[in-house]
Amino acid sequence: MDEPKRSDLIFDADGLSPAALTRKHQLERDPSCRTDPMAYLPGMEVIDSDLKDRVRAAMAAYDPSRYTAADARRALERERCSVEDFQALLSPAAAPFLERMAERARAETVRHFGNTVYIFTPLYIANHCENYCVYCGFNCYNPIRRMKLDKGQIEREMEIIAKSGMEEILLLTGESRSVSGVEYIGDACELARKYFRLVGLEVYPMNTDEYRYLRGRGADYVTVFQETYDVEQYEKLHLQGHKRVWPYRFDAQERALRGGMRGVAFSALLGLSDFRKDALATALHACWLQRKYPGAEISLSCPRLRPITNHADVRPGEIGEHELCQVLCAYRLFLPFAGITVSSRESASFRNGIAKIAATKVSAGVSTGIGDHASKYGEEGNSEKEGDEQFEISDARSLAKMYADLTGEGLQPVLNDYVYV
Amino acid sequence: MTDETDTFTLGGKTFTSRFILGSGKYSLALVQAAIEHAGAQIITLSVRRANTQEKENILDYIPEGVTLLPNTSGARDAKEAVRIARIARELGCGDFVKIEIMRDTKYLLPDNQETIKATEQLAAEGFTVLPYMYPDLNVARDLVSAGAAAVMPLGAPIGSNKGLATADFIQILIDEIELPIIVDAGIGAPSQACRAMEMGCTAVMANTALATSGDVPRMARAFRLAIEAGRAAYQAGLGRVLTRGAAASDPLTGFLR
Repeated sequence: MDEPKRSDLIFDADGLSPAALTRKHQLERDPSCRTDPMAYLPGMEVIDSDLKDRVRAAMAAYDPSRYTAADARRALERERCSVEDFQALLSPAAAPFLERMAERARAETVRHFGNTVYIFTPLYIANHCENYCVYCGFNCYNPIRRMKLDKGQIEREMEIIAKSGMEEILLLTGESRSVSGVEYIGDACELARKYFRLVGLEVYPMNTDEYRYLRGRGADYVTVFQETYDVEQYEKLHLQGHKRVWPYRFDAQERALRGGMRGVAFSALLGLSDFRKDALATALHACWLQRKYPGAEISLSCPRLRPITNHADVRPGEIGEHELCQVLCAYRLFLPFAGITVSSRESASFRNGIAKIAATKVSAGVSTGIGDHASKYGEEGNSEKEGDEQFEISDARSLAKMYADLTGEGLQPVLNDYVYV
Repeated sequence: MTDETDTFTLGGKTFTSRFILGSGKYSLALVQAAIEHAGAQIITLSVRRANTQEKENILDYIPEGVTLLPNTSGARDAKEAVRIARIARELGCGDFVKIEIMRDTKYLLPDNQETIKATEQLAAEGFTVLPYMYPDLNVARDLVSAGAAAVMPLGAPIGSNKGLATADFIQILIDEIELPIIVDAGIGAPSQACRAMEMGCTAVMANTALATSGDVPRMARAFRLAIEAGRAAYQAGLGRVLTRGAAASDPLTGFLR
């Protein structure tokens, strides 16, 4: 598929100072004023790992257009899905076999997970961000209401969420080390352990010792989205901030595992570059890292671009539901044991359907804003004290509704499947 | 029909059903029906799954009189398995524990060395320990010494429904180990469970085979019948296998005087 043009993603929000606007335009228009995306910044840990090079090489060598219907058919006949088979299943040639892929994927999912589906909810505790990622609603040139919850506010949000029955929480921040420091995240983890049975993190990448520290404070797994594995495209989309450093982000999962995290999650933001190549890279990243750390629980997510605050033009691109379903079936066949999370960016009907085929985890009761669970969960809130949302969600079902719907689909919702030891 | 006089004992409890039911992969609503149709007296449950505030706790679906066999799934070493077993006890799951220790999230193969260590520790703490293991005679002997109540070798990779891929090695355990041998993973069809019982296994456990079937209670019943058939065949003694073709008219040993 075609990559979205950068100009489709870039937008100028109202209210920026002239100086900020000048700097922003300079970053956008003059590549020479941007830093080398492969160069580490001071303080960033460099680990000895060849995964980056292997994944990039495999991605470069993959040409989805080379595969034929015969390749796809052959891949579907095999008992075990090799990398070559996986590439065939991701290719346009496999599209006509989507129903067969779904049948095979479903059988694998049932074998490994039965009919269970995990439910969790994300909690955004801060939306400050030092990065300029052109497609993101939290980016530093988007003058949204910024907010960082203090401990009391975090606890209040957690109480409300826990009261709904939720047992697994994913804590998120924007990427600002200076505002939302590691200790602050640690405090949030510790609070979360009071209210929830499982705590995940989706925050900025950090060093091994910091992951170890957060593990000690109650975090169990770490999610880092690479956004795109295509370095050239990455460079054009992540113009400023520590996130601009592609390799440091890539090695985040490995550092997290070295720091003692039990599980790690991977994803590309499908639509930023060629989604087939990004899907290949995501799965190989996960597959090869698990081979290196066999005890690691691995899971994949599959976000597509969504409309964002202050930017009406960003719409999910050419990845329709068929393409997304194809990617998820291919993931399932290639990595039968991996968790697959489908976020509330997708519609209720898509999530109900995909949970029967490939997904093992869905979110419910979601808000991507800050401090707004009181108002969103039907309690008295104060919108003046809420931070703006990162992106619009599509499936706004509460936990109770999600639980009932999944049960109605013949699935067994599970709120927790882990015990801290 | 179950033979009420044909029993086996684990941890001082006597069982007539030789079908141990797994529970983790299908709807809670089906657990009761599965137990009933399986005629199961032992059901496994993962401690991590029971560790919930959910309004639907699996523990509420298990009828009284059925022995719980909590497993330590999720444990990556002996230390974690021991902790999970203790949590099971605190949750009121009794003293039975099935040790599952996996250091590999892809194949979920058991770590035999760590399993021996955990068995030793938990047996010393008074648990009735049923270790899940890769069928290795030396390890099985060590598990006996460590105080295991039974040995649970895998038939094939967990969830694979491939049956008795390790049949020859399980047979060695049956022949050499004086504890109940319970085949644990890989059994995908009633015929495979039947064969395990014909070989002399004490009992069979299945989970995925039920979960992947279209009708969990009916498949539970099919397993029950197959296990009973296999057990009866084992007790009866399988018949002679006659070699093909005619016997030599002049016996080879005819020259002996």
